[in-house]
Amino acid sequence: MQVPRYWREIPKRYRLEAAQCKKCHNISFPEKFSCPECGSQDFKTIKLSGKGKISTHTIIRIAPEGFNDQVPYGMGIIEMDEGPRIMAQITDCDPEKLKTGDRMIYQFRRIREDGSTGVIMYAYKFVPDVGI
Amino acid sequence: MRKLAIIGIGLIKWGELWEKSMRQIAAEAVFKCLEDAGTDRIDTMTIGNMSGGLFNGQEHLSSLIPDHMGRKNIPAMRIESACASGGMAVRTACLEVASGFSDYAIAVGVEKMTDISGNEATYALATAADQDYEAFHGVTFPGLYAMMAKAHMDRYGTTREQLSSVVIKNHYNGSLNPNAQFPFKITGDQVLKSPMVSDPLRLLDCSPITDGAAAVMITTLEEAKKLKKQPVFISGIGHASDSIALSSRKDILKLEAVELSTNTALKMAGKSIKDIDFAEVHDCFSIAEIMILEALGVVAPGEGGKASSDGLTGLDGDFPVNPSGGLKSKGHPVGATGVAQICEAVTQLRGDAGERQLENIRTGLTQNMGGSAGSSVVHILEVI
Amino acid sequence: MTGIVGYGTKIPRYRIKVEEIAKVWGADAPTYKRGLNLNEKSVPAPDEDCATLSVNAALNALKRAEIDPADIGAVYVGSESHPYAVKPTGTIVSEAIGACPYVHTADLEFACKAGTEGMFIALNLVKSGAVPYALAIGADTSQGAPGDALEYSAAAGAAAFIMGTDNLIAELKDTHCFMTDTPDFWRREYKHYPEHGGRFTGAPAYFKHVTGAVDAILGKTNMKPDDFKYVIFHQPNGKFPVLVAKKLGFTEQQYLPGLLSPTLGNTYSGSSPMGFAATLDIAMPGELILLISYGSGAGSDAFIFETTKRIEEVRDRAPKLKTQLDEHKIYIEYGTYAKFRKKILVPN
Repeated sequence: MQVPRYWREIPKRYRLEAAQCKKCHNISFPEKFSCPECGSQDFKTIKLSGKGKISTHTIIRIAPEGFNDQVPYGMGIIEMDEGPRIMAQITDCDPEKLKTGDRMIYQFRRIREDGSTGVIMYAYKFVPDVGI
Repeated sequence: MRKLAIIGIGLIKWGELWEKSMRQIAAEAVFKCLEDAGTDRIDTMTIGNMSGGLFNGQEHLSSLIPDHMGRKNIPAMRIESACASGGMAVRTACLEVASGFSDYAIAVGVEKMTDISGNEATYALATAADQDYEAFHGVTFPGLYAMMAKAHMDRYGTTREQLSSVVIKNHYNGSLNPNAQFPFKITGDQVLKSPMVSDPLRLLDCSPITDGAAAVMITTLEEAKKLKKQPVFISGIGHASDSIALSSRKDILKLEAVELSTNTALKMAGKSIKDIDFAEVHDCFSIAEIMILEALGVVAPGEGGKASSDGLTGLDGDFPVNPSGGLKSKGHPVGATGVAQICEAVTQLRGDAGERQLENIRTGLTQNMGGSAGSSVVHILEVI
Repeated sequence: MTGIVGYGTKIPRYRIKVEEIAKVWGADAPTYKRGLNLNEKSVPAPDEDCATLSVNAALNALKRAEIDPADIGAVYVGSESHPYAVKPTGTIVSEAIGACPYVHTADLEFACKAGTEGMFIALNLVKSGAVPYALAIGADTSQGAPGDALEYSAAAGAAAFIMGTDNLIAELKDTHCFMTDTPDFWRREYKHYPEHGGRFTGAPAYFKHVTGAVDAILGKTNMKPDDFKYVIFHQPNGKFPVLVAKKLGFTEQQYLPGLLSPTLGNTYSGSSPMGFAATLDIAMPGELILLISYGSGAGSDAFIFETTKRIEEVRDRAPKLKTQLDEHKIYIEYGTYAKFRKKILVPN
């Protein structure tokens, strides 16, 4: 039963809510208890724009449990325009054609389900920003 | 702080040990170690184990293992730091002896990984990553290291051939190691023909799933000098952590935990990396060995690939790395790996390494890390 | 004034051609292509469902509406393919767009009419002053039984509309409903695929209710077909909406911009709302648009909207439907389609 763990992260997973340090303006995603740059514990919640670019990526061909039906799938670290980097699946594309620096945009997608009777888990993924 | 020495090592043949349980292989390694040390005395025991819970449904190894050894009252504790659990167990045993709490501390590392399916093992290993922000999204360890490899290739021009050179070298070394899980040579062509796991890493870039155990006995240098065998002196210990999620790092090609743990250990030993004759490092993937070479300071950032293909790290190179065959050929029973690295360094320093024996060595370094280098522990070993 | 302040759509990138489906079932592709005016249909990716399509369409609607999502006081998702049998899609959508927690939400179901049901409720809710903005979505990832005629048309897509009372892009002029109990199409509980009445879905069902609703709203408003710049009908295939348009006296110029089914398929609850969105993408200020849905079971909702000046300002702030429909398509074979749509038995 993964429900509480899944549910707790919803603001970040659904809406890309990040924490911006009020002192040094560094943005953490996900939030940290204190700012890794200046140590301040005074944050405000901001919503990331969902736009960024591929910092590095790979193609997962042997998947963990729950992802077997999706292989091969793109996976990458997306550097958001606001600065934070996010590990995410890159979907809706031919993963062979992805390149470092490609522009990416947030989409809301299914990540996995807890078996055929359990909860369905949703979160951000990224897709090539081709204007659709 | 009391000076530390290793007086015994115990290593068993690694592989898919279908007929043996976790407790059996741990006890085997311990008794081999006791035999090698020439003593029965155990004041305390540290147990390096990443995930008895997920691999075997068994926690509480501090009771299980002494019990199976027939020495149920030994004060024991399990140490966990993902794939660095073994190295951390050795470090903790060192703290026991250095502080004077114990005179004879044994560190045993054990992982019994084949009791579950490959899929389940992949899941268990992935718990070393950030569950909520990495594993949740479907990334695997080969995937994380593949991203580092891709970035390394993009930034430094590291090549497929350079990655393969690590694999070829480690398998060559492993072919000379009777305890290795895969003691055979591999060609570059075989690497290229192995299935892609996570681009650009192929199956033969990855360390395997292994059952294995290893043990080392730590005591004071004074105690060690009373014994007949030549003691190996532990002159430096370093330990550091880094962010658990790869994406949190400003530069994913900088293994900060490895750098910091190395610098701490060198400082304690009063040495520089140039004083180190050889190293056993955590080559969980081919790219890892290349990046560790850079983090240790053996070569400049970006030059690890070329150094590997140029033969710097071969048995006859200027800085031999993983004479044991490394995680790649010797196997990677995660909790045992860090302890086994120490066993190899001791074997080399004693001059007992047979066909893979390195010449003219006095100082060795072992480096063991967890996850995508979210934790790292380094030991420096010397013969006096 | 009551009307639409923002709209957005989402279409999956994957497509399967009628020929590819016909090949597998030994059927005659030209029969479907000519007979039903269907060429290809959208297929949802394995990581898409009614909730994800709804969210992504709603986020596009927000880009055009330019409002604070927290001001959305009601969210209605109409679909026959809600991801859960019990557990609302609306909560997922509300949470993802940032409308929680002060929001009323409901999942609606009325075969292909659930999307316009949501629009009907949302419009009347903002009109009453109960909430400043209300979001209505029609979204489906509908399934036809393998080999059944419906398999050639059952597609995926979503359209979202944010209703409000000022800053409108289209003002609501009137609505009318036409409904009877007519079992032409249904899916029983716990069943994976729907069943239908074959030719019974035509005259006594689709045509009777659509013409009934159109006649009623024209009568009520004292208007005639040529008063409208555009008309959008529910489009279970490419043939029915054309037939009914001609029968009612509408021209190609009026219905073609909103006729998507020949290359999109039937997106069920998303069908006429998506046709409406495609029409808004090209409409100029001050034009009258007639929208008529149809849901089996059976009923039709009719709406008359008049576009405002603001439509030209906002339409480029989000992807247009035709771009989503015609560009960056990925064609798949039946095997991939069967895998994506979970038509292959695999162990849990």
